[in-house]
Amino acid sequence: MTAFVVRRLIRLVVVCVGVSLVTFAILHASGDPVSLIMPEAPEADRAVLRQALGLHDPLIVQFARFVGRAAGGDFGNSFFHRTPAFGLVMERMPTTLTLTLLSMALAIVVALPVGIYGAVRRGRAVDQVATGAVFLGQSMPVFWTGIMLILLFSVQWRLLPVSGWDSWTSVVLPTLTLGAFTAPLLLRIVRSSMLEVIGLDYVRTARAKGVAEWLVIGRHALKNAALPLVTVTGLQFGLLLGGAVITETVFAIPGVGRLIVGAIRQLDFPVVQAGVFMLAMIVVSVNFTVDVLYVYLNPRIRLR
Amino acid sequence: MAVGSLPSATLAYADEVPRPATASRAWRKFARNPAALLGMLILLAVVGAAVAADWVAPHDPARQSLRRRFTPPVWAPGGSATYPLGTDQVGRDILSRIIHGARISLLVGVLAVVVSVLVGVTLGLVSGFVGGRLDTVIMTVVDITWSFPQLLLALAFVAALGPSLVTIVLVLGFTGWERYARVVRAEVLALREKDFIEAARAMGVGSARILLRHVLPNTFSSIVVLSTLQVAQAILQEAALSFLGVGSGRTYPTWGQMIALGRDFVSVAWWLATFPGLAILATVLAINLVGDRLRDALDPRT
Repeated sequence: MTAFVVRRLIRLVVVCVGVSLVTFAILHASGDPVSLIMPEAPEADRAVLRQALGLHDPLIVQFARFVGRAAGGDFGNSFFHRTPAFGLVMERMPTTLTLTLLSMALAIVVALPVGIYGAVRRGRAVDQVATGAVFLGQSMPVFWTGIMLILLFSVQWRLLPVSGWDSWTSVVLPTLTLGAFTAPLLLRIVRSSMLEVIGLDYVRTARAKGVAEWLVIGRHALKNAALPLVTVTGLQFGLLLGGAVITETVFAIPGVGRLIVGAIRQLDFPVVQAGVFMLAMIVVSVNFTVDVLYVYLNPRIRLR
Repeated sequence: MAVGSLPSATLAYADEVPRPATASRAWRKFARNPAALLGMLILLAVVGAAVAADWVAPHDPARQSLRRRFTPPVWAPGGSATYPLGTDQVGRDILSRIIHGARISLLVGVLAVVVSVLVGVTLGLVSGFVGGRLDTVIMTVVDITWSFPQLLLALAFVAALGPSLVTIVLVLGFTGWERYARVVRAEVLALREKDFIEAARAMGVGSARILLRHVLPNTFSSIVVLSTLQVAQAILQEAALSFLGVGSGRTYPTWGQMIALGRDFVSVAWWLATFPGLAILATVLAINLVGDRLRDALDPRT
């Protein structure tokens, strides 16, 4: 167990270095950072800035410096807002996480019962409708779902606001949008992990013993199906955050995603770097936690 | 002698069980599914529209006319049969733009997958066959790619390199290859110990030839299924990037960009965002249906 966690920790560090490398590369792939910061400055001033930014140092030195600063939350000042990029990102992080978690909760509330029922009554009407809905849901672009919801609820029926994030009414449509993106993913996982368990001997034994059907499903089967469910859900977190970035843009929600997209348009690289880095860190740590939890909770796989 | 012939007959039987799916058998299995056939038909229609866009589209997708801006679709009051799906805020024909937009979607989808397959299959083959330290390095890169949110990675690099068709293809291609590396590596590891590889090596066949002639063909069906489903994802991702304004540039209409425009006029003209979205939905759904059925059809166990 300890050996496993240590191995995973080493991998975590390697992945973090990889993420840093990619984030670091964003600025350098864009060409000359100095001409982005002060596009109209005379050459003398540029040289001073270049010196100050350490752009003459070898790339490896620059990278080490970037990692050192990023670890302390220093990504430099936003070119546009003139304030620390890290602060801009962290201010908006709660909004993004709230949206993500709310949608996740919504998706779980829908996917869990429907997925379980579909697996138990495999091939029946509910299962077939659900499977069809999964196909449909996975083929729909998130932003389009959002706009269609706006058309219905805001334009047609005038029930909910078109955009924003200031009252509970403005939270409904974004949550529905991102939830509709997440639910099909979850539903598929719930159904397949339940199907896998339901066919096993111990479930048959429980039934043969005369245990009530809802107990067999709810207690015996679900307990064992829950493990892969949690893991795969955790692994989908990156996808979900990507969906959040798009949803924020559709509904003009002041979150990290919208900040990043805006920063990309303004070529505000410190903000892009800070935002991408922090979101990636969240995904990486969720993946790590889920990985370790899986092994911790699963007595069958302790060491491999 | 009856007794003597019995064991050999049983043996012949046993040999037949894990028979690989032959093309015709797979096709029969595939064609038995009406959903997959429907998907195939939709897909053919979309590909046809994309290829023949210049002849099929009723209007020039770029021609503007302020006099006929915001014409609703033909069945709505004020609609006109000249513009079946209506026009946008500068009077461009929506239908023609959707037909031309199919080109970008399919092109990006297919090319990105080609990049992913080339990178992923090569690295997977090398990783599995060579093993050792190289294997560790490649699989670590796979891990990093896998943990990075793909859309963010794509956004960041399109931002840095500037939006263009080539950038989008490369970015989507280089963020989606890890699944092939994983699958191919796993298959190589499983195949490496098989007798027919042993036999080939005993006959003096070189490593490269073993890889290309004996190992690679065995990974074919997995790659076909994975890449079909990835085309669908790549189309969705391209649409998302276009929607966020970092797509292939402004010159050619894309579905995502049309929907982004529709978002701005959502309270004025519902048809602007609705129809391009339906085009994406139909195309991606069709590919998913075909891909899902392909997976079953190519699986020798079912």
